[in-house]
Amino acid sequence: MYLIDTPVLKINNLTVRYGDGCSSCQENLEKNRCTACGTVWACNDVSLEVFPGEVLGIVGESGSGKSTLMKSLYFDIEPANGSALLKEYKNGTKNIWESSGSQQRLIKNSIMGMVYQNPILGLRMDYSSAANIAEKIISAGNRNAGQMTERAIELLDAVEIMTSRMAEAPKNFSGGMQQRVQISKALANNPSLLLLDEVTTGLDLSVQAKVLDLIRRIKAKYGISILLVSHDLAVIRMLADRTIVMLDGKIIESGLTDQILEDPQHAYTQQLVHSLI
Amino acid sequence: MNKNYNFAFLDEGSKREIRRSILKAVAIPGYQVPFGSRELPIGRGWGTGGIQLTLSLIGKDDVLKVIDQGSDESVNAVNIKKFVGLCTDVKTTTKTQEATLIQTRHRIPEIPMTNDQILVLQVPLPEPLRIVEPREEITKKMHAETDYAPIWLQLYESIIKYKKVTIASEYPCMVEGRYIMNPSPIPKFDNEKLHNSECLYLFGAGREKKIYAIPPHTRVTSLAFDDVPFEKESFKGKKCPLCGNENTYLDELFDSITGEVFYQCSDTSYCKEVQERCI
Repeated sequence: MYLIDTPVLKINNLTVRYGDGCSSCQENLEKNRCTACGTVWACNDVSLEVFPGEVLGIVGESGSGKSTLMKSLYFDIEPANGSALLKEYKNGTKNIWESSGSQQRLIKNSIMGMVYQNPILGLRMDYSSAANIAEKIISAGNRNAGQMTERAIELLDAVEIMTSRMAEAPKNFSGGMQQRVQISKALANNPSLLLLDEVTTGLDLSVQAKVLDLIRRIKAKYGISILLVSHDLAVIRMLADRTIVMLDGKIIESGLTDQILEDPQHAYTQQLVHSLI
Repeated sequence: MNKNYNFAFLDEGSKREIRRSILKAVAIPGYQVPFGSRELPIGRGWGTGGIQLTLSLIGKDDVLKVIDQGSDESVNAVNIKKFVGLCTDVKTTTKTQEATLIQTRHRIPEIPMTNDQILVLQVPLPEPLRIVEPREEITKKMHAETDYAPIWLQLYESIIKYKKVTIASEYPCMVEGRYIMNPSPIPKFDNEKLHNSECLYLFGAGREKKIYAIPPHTRVTSLAFDDVPFEKESFKGKKCPLCGNENTYLDELFDSITGEVFYQCSDTSYCKEVQERCI
């Protein structure tokens, strides 16, 4: 029903390569690496759309370009080619990869939220949890310490971290708690798009369930759009409305999650689905 | 004057290069201008930035005053005065009003400066962002994009942990609403003297090879949250036993014989002057 809406995020022809590339790259690809010049085409002409309130899952083996896609969206990597349009940034008329550094910071802080697989990337481990959330709010231009603390309490409460521990640094927390602090940090400015990069990988099963539960609740509560990267099909089945399958930097299949998991068309997807234990 | 050296030790070309950097610093208040820091017969980290500014600016008619932590008589102050005297023969003074050029470390004089005076401050670490970002390449970019959230984060972290901002010196301030600047290790008591001043403030960091400036009548605001205002040190109920002053910056001293803690003016020349006036 929401498919008729304008997309929250629209990526066209994203290409990210590690290396300079050569004229015969596209003919000489062995998986995603050019045999002639050694350039790795981590994302090769990827286009996708995310609609309001939707969870879009991205699956694929390691090295298929999932994380590269997320990192270029969050400006950690500069893409070689392609455009990304955000509905909330100039009404989707300007490619965010061509905007200035300060504009990109604004987008990162007020329109998007990112949760990395490794909490060290997303958190300042030596600062208190409250300060971690406040950092986002400060970046958005707020200069009221009381409001920051209020918001930190509200968010830490939402991710079930005792507010009595808000002055403690995340380095003293368990892996699951760190991940939850990271999620609350990502939500600090009510973003319209949440990027989740393998959020449950490396956590034990009970904690995984807790984090997944939290994401489901966030989705229901805030109606936020989520781009969810995982190699865990169970996570995808539980959370994603639509799913994209990536292999060697390319999208090989996309559709409704049930459709992909029940009736995979591409040979790789079939193999992936059947490898479920 | 020692005739083996050029007037003011540095050769004219070096002095001109430094003055050029000073002009640029004055033109962009709060911006750190890189300069070719010269070798001096003093180790880096002992005030070489300040000395280079002083040497490049000093003329035959100047009157020099050197302050170290408020005192005119401490080692750093005495030796810098001696060195500059040796290669220029300019008059030196301890009185703030008489000086045209004042080099200082860690304090701004209590007597308000006038528009024919220049205050040169020695700076160990000019970069206010260094504490959050070790790479020069990145801090330059952060200044360019006014990405100052990490500094505000320092203040917020302090509030969360101690219910107040606990930075006592090097309290970061915003210059003309553009650059966040490290005012050198002056106590935050002195921060408000930077705002809308009559004199020119110059900051020199010899080891870090940076010069920056606050020209007269520049807007300088110490960082503070909307609901947690900036507070300078309070010496309420304490006064200097020598001159009886209650509104100066006081040093905490310890009498090892009686075990008593007492307070005394940090600006010794001002303290003496008040004492003389009273007699």
